[in-house]
Amino acid sequence: MTSSGKALSEKLPEFSGGINWFKYASPQTFYPLAGRLIPLFGWPALVLTVVGLYISFFVAPTDATQGESYRIIFIHVPAAWMSMVIYLAMAFWCAVGLIFNTRLSFMMSQALAPTGAIWTFVALWTGALWGKPTWGAWWVWDARLTSELILLFLYLGYMALVAAIDDPRRADRAGAVVALVGAINVPIIYFSVTWWNTLHQGASVSVTSAPKMASIMLTGMLIMALAAWAYSVSVVLVRVRAIMLERERNSDWVADRVAQLVESHR
Amino acid sequence: MLEVDQLACMRGDALLFRGLSFRLEGGALLHVAGRNGAGKTSLLRMLCGLMIPEAGEIRWRGTPIRAQREEYNGELLYLGHANAVKDEFSALENLRVACAVAGRAVSETQALAALEAIGLAHRIDLDAKHLSQGQRRRVALARLLLAQAIPLWILDEPFTALDAPAVALLARTLEAHLAGGGAVIYTTHQDVLIASTSLERIDIGEFAPC
Amino acid sequence: MLKILIAVVRRDLLLAWRRRADVFTTLAFFIIVASLFPLGVGPEPNLLRTMAPGVLWVSALLATLLSVTRLFAADYADGTLEQMLLSTEPLTLIVLGKVTAYWLVTGLPLVLLAPLLGVQFDLPQGAIGVLSLSLALGTPALSLLGGIGAALTLGLRGGGVLLALLILPLYVPILIFGAGAVGADAAGLGAGAHLLLLAACFLSALAVSPWATAAALRISME
Repeated sequence: MTSSGKALSEKLPEFSGGINWFKYASPQTFYPLAGRLIPLFGWPALVLTVVGLYISFFVAPTDATQGESYRIIFIHVPAAWMSMVIYLAMAFWCAVGLIFNTRLSFMMSQALAPTGAIWTFVALWTGALWGKPTWGAWWVWDARLTSELILLFLYLGYMALVAAIDDPRRADRAGAVVALVGAINVPIIYFSVTWWNTLHQGASVSVTSAPKMASIMLTGMLIMALAAWAYSVSVVLVRVRAIMLERERNSDWVADRVAQLVESHR
Repeated sequence: MLEVDQLACMRGDALLFRGLSFRLEGGALLHVAGRNGAGKTSLLRMLCGLMIPEAGEIRWRGTPIRAQREEYNGELLYLGHANAVKDEFSALENLRVACAVAGRAVSETQALAALEAIGLAHRIDLDAKHLSQGQRRRVALARLLLAQAIPLWILDEPFTALDAPAVALLARTLEAHLAGGGAVIYTTHQDVLIASTSLERIDIGEFAPC
Repeated sequence: MLKILIAVVRRDLLLAWRRRADVFTTLAFFIIVASLFPLGVGPEPNLLRTMAPGVLWVSALLATLLSVTRLFAADYADGTLEQMLLSTEPLTLIVLGKVTAYWLVTGLPLVLLAPLLGVQFDLPQGAIGVLSLSLALGTPALSLLGGIGAALTLGLRGGGVLLALLILPLYVPILIFGAGAVGADAAGLGAGAHLLLLAACFLSALAVSPWATAAALRISME
């Protein structure tokens, strides 16, 4: 993600000029850069996932109180982290796009949204799988689960709005407003849900019931978190490249790329 | 007064025009021509600040219009395709409410005088839903009569749906505005003679990308 | 500044008065939704009493959602909205005026009608008072946030459903504090904290949403 930041800062000076035809130049330079970065994140993602899964399933010891079922947190916790980090990143790119009027940042946030939504879904799904043996129910209206569910709704709302608007520029900026208003609301929602949950005291089992973690568990978790990061970055870069090609299909640089591709296949 | 620099317009996937530049001084009349779908309305909406140009800049008295939104709005009167006439209001209420919302409240006497001048004297209290298309257009145009002091008028197809006397009346109104040092930008598909010392014409088709 | 606010409120109130049928549909919807719940869950008084705050709040929320799509739709269709964007007055104030008028014709009647429905659910007297108070604080926030959604979905296919998807997550805190206030009072815990939080929600919505709505309108009108 730092890579696109670099591309952005490179093109900002050009924007201050009166003619900003140069804005087309930016995806043009970012496209090959993203292409080079994808394997740099993709392969580590694969290796880290294999190592992380090996540690979590075969090396890490069985938990004294929760048994084997605790192992799902090796996926659940990184997924929950990513779901929140990606929403923030999305809101960040939307803000950048609204302030500097840069198309690439809107494309970034649109590329982030599906990955964020999938992580949110994974976090909910694994939470339910973990909840059944631990709490005895697939779904408990726990504060964290509930906020995660609402986060999923926020992702879905953003994606639905962007998809419903035909004009790409309106879609970009309307989506940005939703993402930013949502980002302001996330802490309020989290607070209100926690408040609501503590008052009702239904199934008051806290998710944070593992006070001290064995260090190998922690290592496994961290490796899985890194894998999740690397996977997200590479997948988002692949998607942003696809979005770029689609959006800029009438521009010269895409035409050149296609021409090159045709040439090389001959 | 108004400077337009290298404007480009994109609608969906299509680039409608690019490299469009012109200057407009007080007393000038600018006729924006072009076939259907060439981007006439888009250009006018850009000049109003309703649409952000794909590229280029619009300056009013030397300052970009985006940097002085409310001030620029104060010097601008725009009549779009839609009449902005409420069915539930009478002609008089429509005119007064429209002026108040625009930030230029007018008294009832002024509004009545304008409606009378535009030929709606006998229809003042009738709900707009009972008015004909031409009469509704007249209600919208009555705002011009109250806006002689506003320097820039941007009119999108002002002559549509009007009968011959109303067309003539509107032409005289525009002439008076130009003579008073105001500027007018308009589109039309009708041949209407407007006497002006400086008449310019822009054909958007010339700025279309091949 | 105040002049434009009053001018817009008066305009929208007059329009609402000339189209008063619309106001009643929203109210009728509120009553019908709230009355369907007892039919769904059975007439057991204790159960209904516990459910009442949530049911009435969700009904108010749905009624808002249903009517807020109309907030800008008519002005958008007849070109008035375009003229509002070109006003010499700040668009945020015009938006605030429109939302105020909207709340007066849809939110306020809900607040006034809620005690009647509270009686239907056999809420104790104190809880009914808290219900009205919580709705009086919460429905303006619902209207303000709804305005953002209405502005963003202007002129889109399937705008109503999309609006629900965008706005309902944002309504969560208001629902929790609003219904929670009534529940807490009925449980004898005192509703003060809930009501204060609800007021905070209202104030922050007041601070953020006119600007967000104005920005959204400019985006949607392009």
